[in-house]
Amino acid sequence: MVGVRTVGFRTFFTLCVMLIALFPLAGFAQIPVHTDPNNPPPPSIHSNISDLASDDLAVQKDAIIALAKTGDPQALSILEEYRIGSLYVWTRPDSQRVLVIGGDETTQDGEAIIPLFTPYGRTDILQEDGSTLYVSVDEVEEVRVNRRLRRVVKKQIDSLGNQINLADPSSNVRRAAAMDFGLRGDPAALPLLEERLPIEQNTWAHMAIESAINLINLEDENPAVRVAAATRLGELRGEDAVPALLQILDGSEDDGIEPDSDENVRVAAAAAIKRIEGWAFYARTAQTIFRGLSLSSILLLMALGLAIVFGLMGVINMAHGELMMIGAYSTFVVQQLFLAYFPTSAFDYYFIVALPVAFLVAGGFGLVIERGVIRFLYGRPLETLLVTWGLGLILQQAVRQTFGAANVSVSAPSWLSGGVQILVGVFIPYNRLFIIGLTIVCVIATYLFLFRTNTGLKIRAVTQNRGMSACLGIRTGRIDAMTFALGAGIAGLAGAALSQVGNVGPDLGQNYIVDSFMVVVTGGVGKLSGTVAAALGIGGLNKFLEPMFGAVYGKVLILGMVILFLQWRPSGFFPAKGRGLETS
Amino acid sequence: MFVSHQKKKGEWLVLTVIAFGLLVVVPLLNLVPGEESFLYLSDFQINLLGKYLAFAILALGIDLIWGYTGILSLGHGVFFGLGAYCMGMHLMLQIGDRSVYGSAIPDFMVWNRVTELPLFWKPFSSFLFMSGAVIFVPMLVAALFGFFAFRSRIRGVYFAIITQAFALSAWLLFNRNELNLGGTNGLTDFKTLLGFELADPNTVRGLYIVTVIALIGAYLFCWWMVRSRLGKVLVAIRDHENRLRYSGYSPAAFKTMVFVISAGLAGLAGALYVPQVGIITPSQMGVLPSIEMVVWVAVGGRGALYGAVIGAVGVNWARSFLTTNYPDVWLYFLGGLFMAVVLLFPNGIVGLVQQAQRWIGRRFS
Amino acid sequence: MTEHGSIIYVEDLTVSFDGFVALNKLNFFMDYGELRFVIGPNGAGKTTLLDVICGKVKPTKGRVIFGRDSDISTYREHEIAHLGIGRKFQTPSIYLHHTVRENIELSLKQDKSVWATLFRRLSSESEDRIEAVLDMIGLAEKPHQIAGSLSHGEKQWLEIGMVMAQEAKLLLIDEPVAGMTDHETEKTGILLQTIAKERSVLVIEHDMEFVRQISNKVSVLHEGQLLCEGSVDEVQNNEEVMEIYLGRG
Repeated sequence: MVGVRTVGFRTFFTLCVMLIALFPLAGFAQIPVHTDPNNPPPPSIHSNISDLASDDLAVQKDAIIALAKTGDPQALSILEEYRIGSLYVWTRPDSQRVLVIGGDETTQDGEAIIPLFTPYGRTDILQEDGSTLYVSVDEVEEVRVNRRLRRVVKKQIDSLGNQINLADPSSNVRRAAAMDFGLRGDPAALPLLEERLPIEQNTWAHMAIESAINLINLEDENPAVRVAAATRLGELRGEDAVPALLQILDGSEDDGIEPDSDENVRVAAAAAIKRIEGWAFYARTAQTIFRGLSLSSILLLMALGLAIVFGLMGVINMAHGELMMIGAYSTFVVQQLFLAYFPTSAFDYYFIVALPVAFLVAGGFGLVIERGVIRFLYGRPLETLLVTWGLGLILQQAVRQTFGAANVSVSAPSWLSGGVQILVGVFIPYNRLFIIGLTIVCVIATYLFLFRTNTGLKIRAVTQNRGMSACLGIRTGRIDAMTFALGAGIAGLAGAALSQVGNVGPDLGQNYIVDSFMVVVTGGVGKLSGTVAAALGIGGLNKFLEPMFGAVYGKVLILGMVILFLQWRPSGFFPAKGRGLETS
Repeated sequence: MFVSHQKKKGEWLVLTVIAFGLLVVVPLLNLVPGEESFLYLSDFQINLLGKYLAFAILALGIDLIWGYTGILSLGHGVFFGLGAYCMGMHLMLQIGDRSVYGSAIPDFMVWNRVTELPLFWKPFSSFLFMSGAVIFVPMLVAALFGFFAFRSRIRGVYFAIITQAFALSAWLLFNRNELNLGGTNGLTDFKTLLGFELADPNTVRGLYIVTVIALIGAYLFCWWMVRSRLGKVLVAIRDHENRLRYSGYSPAAFKTMVFVISAGLAGLAGALYVPQVGIITPSQMGVLPSIEMVVWVAVGGRGALYGAVIGAVGVNWARSFLTTNYPDVWLYFLGGLFMAVVLLFPNGIVGLVQQAQRWIGRRFS
Repeated sequence: MTEHGSIIYVEDLTVSFDGFVALNKLNFFMDYGELRFVIGPNGAGKTTLLDVICGKVKPTKGRVIFGRDSDISTYREHEIAHLGIGRKFQTPSIYLHHTVRENIELSLKQDKSVWATLFRRLSSESEDRIEAVLDMIGLAEKPHQIAGSLSHGEKQWLEIGMVMAQEAKLLLIDEPVAGMTDHETEKTGILLQTIAKERSVLVIEHDMEFVRQISNKVSVLHEGQLLCEGSVDEVQNNEEVMEIYLGRG
């Protein structure tokens, strides 16, 4: 208030009077917010929102910061609408100009119109007949965001978002928010983080908050604090601290940041980096092993049904991929039915229903295919290859015409989304874990079915000597149909599982069929253990080679290895002894 | 499956008439009648027929290895693609400064920030080198692959599956930009071949005639092969490979040889295909096109050379017709063909004709 | 035949499949010009012995000496065939889609490289040889018949003819008369005796009557080992052999 001292008292008084006189005017210039009477904004927020439309940039800026300070989730939503230019001034039928939110633009009778919402709470503004009010875009006036303010808004939105998220019920959200604070390194966030730290129960969120505090402290004025922060970051072993630590060591030319001036801090940072990287190696190895295991389980699940049909019946089922696709689409249909006919709370159970449905639907298709086509072709594997390929094309086209050529979206039930952090840097997604479990169950069940049940005995008998089995009173036709349906059903399960990790579209089958066959061929026909070994080998090798050569070259390399492997073992890992396919 | 020896003379007469028709009559129908005459064949139709006949050359190769020798290869799309890419590279280099960017190197390289022509592209500016490469590059790849596969006695369905994986790998590789072969978009926008404008109707006709001559040459070559003792060895491999082995033959050598020859024919087909169609992309050499090629031969009738030609032309004509008029039906039709040729008429069109002949013979004798 | 000594000498031969021992340290030899029968109960290792000699099965241990050549047990099948060993399988193994004549033609002793089969034409001597073989196996009337349409007996003779055309020094023949009528069996017996005049023949047979008709020396295999050797009568009176065939105790 420099001016107050230099000008005389009288002048000051006059100014005050003028200000007081002007105040109602200023208040009048503020455009009120259209509010929902059931959910009105607190008065302070109301005024802040109004200020967003102020002509004065300083007022706008203060309003933005004030809104962000409230910690109110509604304020966040308003700031976001403001940033993307959805805040409008609308002249109401009562001639009052008010602030509203405009929705997505549509056209009606060739005119561009938008729906209107209240800024606070974002409830629909209704017409007298109770429907949402649409107005012409010409009737509203956008509240423009000044270019200089954009940065401020963005920063405040993020900060406010994080602040809200830091108290989110989900530990993953809290964790992500804490990590983001760490990344920003804004000292202003320190009190907030320190407040959360003692009450945070989740280990990983707790660690993230601690990490964020120390990351911020890396820029503290006091070298001792910086040393302590660097050391603690090393102890925490989180890889996300490495860039900040490196900056202490080397500085950053792009941002014009010098290396840390204090020798002790640099030493501490170097030690921390070494510690983190040492751990990261183990973490990466563990992660690679898990990824390999995950891919292996998917390959095994896909190849299992194929191996049964190929090994026990000598049928090359090129439509196996399409049976997987049918399983995946069955999952999709079950999901849609749940969405349409069951309460939202039941949605999470849809996948449990989808699994048996996928098995049965694909198995049913298998049954029809076997009785309709395959049974005429026993002993002619190359012919089954061509016929089933043709069948696959037809199924693909049928699905394309029924569900459309685009991928359909199958969402994960909540118990399959996310994952569990088992160690620093080792994260295991639930869906992958689930597939590994499903595969193990399927393999064991198949084994028990084939080797511990009466029906399994009959299946193996028919495989070994069809004529003799028929003489002994086994209905070979029924056994054939059952075996094929079993293989198809497992394909359906594989498809349901794939819907959780990949795209579901008409080409789903084509994308996987060659891989599945590689597993079967490498494993050797007729032995489950061979298929398991081949899936583990190919899956593991794939994930081992991928980081070195990239996905495509890794795959090509694996094909080369399979061919070389077949030089050494032409009938796979564990060849079936006997005169079956060899003599054909 | 085989035509008896007495019928050979009549067969040759028919083949000569067809060859004459393709070589002389078809181009005349394009040149002489007016456009409104029902005999008139448009440039477009000539071009299309040329494409089918290029496919027929490839079908001959598949017939050699599958029809005669009994080896199902699901990787011939790769050899077709290799031949096509060799030709495509030559055509790319012919564009010169008529390209969009006006650069001496192909447009996609400019796009990919490649500044200098990669070394392996350089020899392809020579027509002579390219002419050899379209056949020998596929043959070399086939020799390598065949040597390893046949030496370890990978056969039957195993060979089919391994070749399918081979096609998948090749497709994946050719989609990569760093291979400098145009990635997913392949090679296209060709302008001239040996100085002839590809868009010129005279060039279209010329390419058609070259294709017919190549087909006749390939046909005679295959015919000479299958009726030599080697042809009998090939059929013997299909019938009883082990017997042959204990009679003192090395089946692996014969299989590798026939695989290599059929790869060379596929390469030649690819080379003739590219200037007529004007584009080659990885999608023409993947898993699906490779297995489709097998169906051409199955539809025509395996084990008969003219069956392969009939099948290639017939199926591809049906493809053009259906994908233009009833696009949704094409895949049903193709899938149905796969099933029908195995279940209903295993000897293809040739088999049906022979059956009909026998039936007529019984009826009227 | 002027050569002396053994044409085939099998030493200490062991073959095992997945732990099952088909041949157990077998020692066996045969002289030039001999017509030898091998008998034995099922699973004695008879067929495995032929499989090892012709290269179909690689021995776990032991050596196979053919003539003056060294160990052939590591050779590939077609190399062994080139050395002069022909094999006739138990079930007729012929090229079903070729004519009778083509079957013989493919088997003839000649250059069997890819190049030669593509460019060489048949010499007139070879033509004569084909006629001779067809005569001998009694199929001279049907040179252009598709082999797949022959009767079972004719197929067996055709395969014997194919092995003859190969001009092998040693023929390995597995149960030639199984499934044949009496008349066919008789004809086959004569055929075998004719062949044996020019070369060494090793035959596996179950039919003791048939063996008695034409053979002078028989070897008995049991559980992968050589049990005894001698004339048909000697063998049939051997107590051990009787024990195996009639059951112990």
